[in-house]
Amino acid sequence: MRALLVGETALLVEVSSGEEAQALHAELLRRRAAGLLTVREIVPAARTVLLDGLEDPALLASRLTGSDVPAAPPREQEVVDIPVRYDGPDLAEVAAHWGVSAEEAAHLHAGTEFRVAFCGFAPGFGYLTGLPSRYDVPRRATPRTAVPAGSVALAGPYTGVYPRASPGGWQLIGTTDAVLWDHARVPAALLSPGTRVRFVPLVPA
Amino acid sequence: MTDRALAVVRAGALTTVQDRGRPGHAHVGVPRSGALDPPAAALVNRLVGNPPEAAVLETTLNGCAVRPRSAVTAAVGGAPCRVTLDGRPAAWGAPVRVPAGAVLEIGAALSGVRSYVAVSGGIAVEPLLGSRSTDLLSGLGPPPLTDGAVLPLGHPVDLHARVDVAPQPRPPAELVLRVTLGHRDDWFTPQAVRAFTTRAYRVSSASNRIGLRTQGPVLERARSGELPSEGMVLGAVQVPPDGRPVIFLADHPTTGGYPVIAVVRAADLPAAAQAVPGIPVRFVAVSRR
Repeated sequence: MRALLVGETALLVEVSSGEEAQALHAELLRRRAAGLLTVREIVPAARTVLLDGLEDPALLASRLTGSDVPAAPPREQEVVDIPVRYDGPDLAEVAAHWGVSAEEAAHLHAGTEFRVAFCGFAPGFGYLTGLPSRYDVPRRATPRTAVPAGSVALAGPYTGVYPRASPGGWQLIGTTDAVLWDHARVPAALLSPGTRVRFVPLVPA
Repeated sequence: MTDRALAVVRAGALTTVQDRGRPGHAHVGVPRSGALDPPAAALVNRLVGNPPEAAVLETTLNGCAVRPRSAVTAAVGGAPCRVTLDGRPAAWGAPVRVPAGAVLEIGAALSGVRSYVAVSGGIAVEPLLGSRSTDLLSGLGPPPLTDGAVLPLGHPVDLHARVDVAPQPRPPAELVLRVTLGHRDDWFTPQAVRAFTTRAYRVSSASNRIGLRTQGPVLERARSGELPSEGMVLGAVQVPPDGRPVIFLADHPTTGGYPVIAVVRAADLPAAAQAVPGIPVRFVAVSRR
């Protein structure tokens, strides 16, 4: 674990895998909840966790550097089920990339338990991991200018669901009516880092 | 409708509602948002007796005009500009009594970019995640003002000590930004890091609330490949593949995958918010305190 000072009030903690980032994130949340850590933002990402709004980042950096990444936390969180129709325009292409039929690709995706590694891009957009790395897919060579809200999509090692219509370069494999972001709801985001997610096919895959 | 309201007579190029933003939600992808020049927003609130967290209007380059439905106290600060009340000159940087139905015109910025307009009681649009700020990256908060729109006003609390006039910093003719190098300066050649802290840049007209873009020496990377997405802070100087530094302002994305060569000191960001396209920018490396 390596801690990099970012500006004057932030610290970026680097680890060597997405799993370690998730474990570290859970541990930092635990410390904050226990009153052991005062910080404005804890932002996990692919291989890092950012701590922003620290009183003394250098002190925390010296404590974290060289220490072991905590063990993965127990998976006690509830699973969020996202109903999905595997009808995306890129499903055939993704299936071809995986060397399976479209039906098998849907079955494979729906049979995987995902976890929100981190959020970004838009409020409520989660980067979900869970598929083995052999199922990584490239982004589309030409991004779409408009991807509809509720599109279930793949890029690299990630699955994501577009909370609202936006441009996007991910491969669209399906659609959901689940509301990913509703600022009248508490919490507004259906998915936050650490959330476990299952995609439930509306038509049996 | 209640008469505690403000009608928009002229929306201007881009006028938004801003307060201190919605920090604390970056982990679900919500930018912090908020006034780009927080000291200016706090000062106009003080001038009208509002608490510092009251929502104000933030204009861009060419001001705006508003008409309150009931008498209010207003104050204009930030970028210096002409202020008129029903066509007659009124004070900038001081409280102005605006009768019901009178038009308060905030003129084009004489220098700087963003003027701030506080109205007694504050702009009282519905808060979202604890803030009334318009976030132009994610579309959260009220939309930018449009001609004819009506904004609700809060009730003046007037518990706060008013001031009659207050000194305000002059918008910069040259933007000097103190930066701490890193945390990804090792992604750039030593020549690029040297160029970054010694050569002159200019503010690009493509700048907005998300980032202050620059034109100048292209910063060459020392390594190829992609950086996995990581959390981003306010003031981060991110260098996209075109090699030209972008300084992240309030509506910046919460995560990003381009390397951050340096971070601008928070105290220097209000000046960045007032930097007119075309003016020179210098990055000065300083050590952490």
